[in-house]
Amino acid sequence: MNMLSLILVNLRRNWIRTVLTMGSVVVALFLFCTLGGVLDTLKAAADAGSRERLATRNAISLTQWLPGNYQQRIAAVPGVQRVAIQNWFGARDPVDPKGFFAQFAVDPNFWPMYSKDIEIVQWSDPQVAMSLPADQDSHMAAYFAERNACVIGEDLMKTKGWKLGQTIKLEGTIFPGTWDYVIRGVYRKRPGGTWQNTMMLFRFDYLSEKGMGGQNYAGVFKLDIADPSRSAAIAKQVDALFENSDAATLTESEQAFGAGFVSMYGNVPFALRVIGLAVVFTILLIAANTMVTAVRERTGEIGVMKTLGFSDQAVFAMVVAEAAVIVLGGGLIGALLARLAVNGANLGFLPPLVVEWSTVLTGIAIALLIGAVSGLIPAVQASKLKIVDALRRVE
Amino acid sequence: MTTGTLVPTVSAGVMMAMVRLANVRKVYRRDTQEVPVLDGVTLEIGAGDYVALMGPSGSGKTTLLNLVGGIDQPTSGDVFVGETNIARLNGASLAKWRSRNIGYIFQLYNLIPVLTALQNVELPLLLVKMSGKERKERAKLALELVGLGDRLDHYPRQLSGGQEQRVGIARAMVSDPEVLLADEPTGDLDRKSAGEILQLLERLNSEFKKTIIMVTHDPHAAERAHRVLHLDKGELTN
Repeated sequence: MNMLSLILVNLRRNWIRTVLTMGSVVVALFLFCTLGGVLDTLKAAADAGSRERLATRNAISLTQWLPGNYQQRIAAVPGVQRVAIQNWFGARDPVDPKGFFAQFAVDPNFWPMYSKDIEIVQWSDPQVAMSLPADQDSHMAAYFAERNACVIGEDLMKTKGWKLGQTIKLEGTIFPGTWDYVIRGVYRKRPGGTWQNTMMLFRFDYLSEKGMGGQNYAGVFKLDIADPSRSAAIAKQVDALFENSDAATLTESEQAFGAGFVSMYGNVPFALRVIGLAVVFTILLIAANTMVTAVRERTGEIGVMKTLGFSDQAVFAMVVAEAAVIVLGGGLIGALLARLAVNGANLGFLPPLVVEWSTVLTGIAIALLIGAVSGLIPAVQASKLKIVDALRRVE
Repeated sequence: MTTGTLVPTVSAGVMMAMVRLANVRKVYRRDTQEVPVLDGVTLEIGAGDYVALMGPSGSGKTTLLNLVGGIDQPTSGDVFVGETNIARLNGASLAKWRSRNIGYIFQLYNLIPVLTALQNVELPLLLVKMSGKERKERAKLALELVGLGDRLDHYPRQLSGGQEQRVGIARAMVSDPEVLLADEPTGDLDRKSAGEILQLLERLNSEFKKTIIMVTHDPHAAERAHRVLHLDKGELTN
C-alpha cells in the first residue's frame, strides 16, 4: 500500500457516490468542451475569408437581393479585377432532411477567384470536347457543359455517400420545387484556404433560369481587388455607385462579411460562455459538497490517522488529492469524449465543429482547478481537526 | 503487581525515566467556563515500566494519556518523553514525533474499515521512508507476532473484537515505538479475549521492553501492570 492506493481505497468506500460525482463532472466537461468547440468554430467562421477580397451585399440585409446588372458596374470601378456572384440557395436533401449543408449558386467568375482556396480533386470528363477560357480549370469542362452540374466538397461527398456522376435531388425552400443536379466535380480546400469541404456549388445560370424566371438577382457579389491596401477606398466607391438606388449596397472585406454573417447568431457566443461558466460553477459546488460529506463521515478515521503521526499537511494533501482524482478523472473522460465524439460534427453552413486540443487542455486544467478548490474546504476542515475532538466523535 | 508510587520529582531510580510530567495542568474551555481536568500532575514512569491508570469517569485518565501521547497539549507544565519536552513541540514536529515514538491502542480498535488487517498495520509505515516490500514484510511480521498471520487479508468486519484489537496492537507497535499507550484496551471485549490482549501486552512489555501506560476501569486488567496510578478529579491520589 502507498498513499495513492490509500486515496483510491478511500474513493472506493462509497463507490456509487464517487461514480455519480465523477459522472456529473464527465457531463459538465463534455458540455464545456463542446461549447468551447462551438465558440472556436464560430470564431473560425468569423475569421474566415480573405482581406484581399471584398463582399458587396444589400445594405438593408443579407436576405435582400441585389440586381444582377450591378456586376458590370462594380467591375468597372478602378481597382476591381473581377466580380463573382455567390447566391445562398438553402435547399433540403429529401433523403436526409436533417443533414443540412450549404449550397451556393456561383457564376463562372467564382472559380478563378477561389482557385487558391480550393482545388478540383475529382472530375467528370465532358461528353463533347470543349474549350474553356484560359482562367478556368480544365477539369471543370463537364461542369460548364451541363446546366445542372454541381461541384461538391469532398467531406460532404463522404458524409452523404455520393458518387461522382450521380444525380441528386434537392427540395428548394427559397426557390421552391425539386432541383436535379449532376455531380461533375469534387473540390478540396487547399491549405490555408477559406472554403470548407462541406459545401455544394452549382451554376448560377441554372438558378436564374429555373428559380428567377430568367432574371438575375444576386445575394452577394465577391470582388477581387488588385491592391488590398485600397480596399476601404474601393468599398466606398462601390457603395457610392448605388447610394441613391432602390438597392443600396454595403461593401466590406470578406473577413468582415464572415464576421457579420456569424453575428446573425446574435449574442450566442456570450450565452455559450455564460452556460459554460455556470456548468463549471455548479460542478464545483457538487464536488465540494461530495468531499465535505465524505470527510465528515471519516472524522474519526482522520483523528486516528493523526494519532498515528499523519501531519495536518499530509491529511490536507490527501483530501485535496481525493477531490482532484474524482474531478480530474471525470474531467479527462469528459474532455476527451468531446474531442472524440463531437469533433468534426456538421454545423450546417459553418465550418465543421472543431474541439481543439487547446480546448481539451483548458477543460482538463479547469477540472484540475475545480478538484483543488472543491477539496479545499474539507481539506482545511480535516487538517484543522483536533485529534481529541475527532476521537471523541468515534467513542 | 505493585501499587504505583507517585514520584513528585525526577529521581535517580533503577529505571531511567521514560515519561516525566512536571506540574501539568490541563483546562478545557466550554463557552465562557473553564473546566480543569488535570491539576498539577507530576509523575515519572521508567523505561520498560508497565503502568495502569485508574480512576472514576471524568478523572482525567484519558487526558493524561493524550498528553503523554502528544495528541493534546497541556495548558501549563512540561511533558517529557525520553529527552523530548513534547509540550514545546509544534503541530508538525509533534506529528513526526508521534509517528516514531508512540503506539496508541484504542478501546474501540479504530481500524480503518476499508483496509485489510495488513493494510491497517502498514498505515503508520507510510510515514517512514521504506520500500513497499519492506513495509509489507514488517506489517506481516507484526501481525504474526499478535497471532494473526493467517488473517492478513481480512477486513475488520471479518474479524472478532479480540482479533480487531490484536490488529490494533500490531498497528501500534509496527513502527517499533518505545512507548505504548492503551486506552481501555479490553473495555469492549469479553473476558477470554480481554485475557488474551492483556497477555499480549505483558509479552510486549517483558519481551520487547516496551513502556506501557494503560488506562483501565478493570481491576483484573490493572493487576497485570507493574504498578497502578489512581487519578481523581485531576490529581494523582497515590
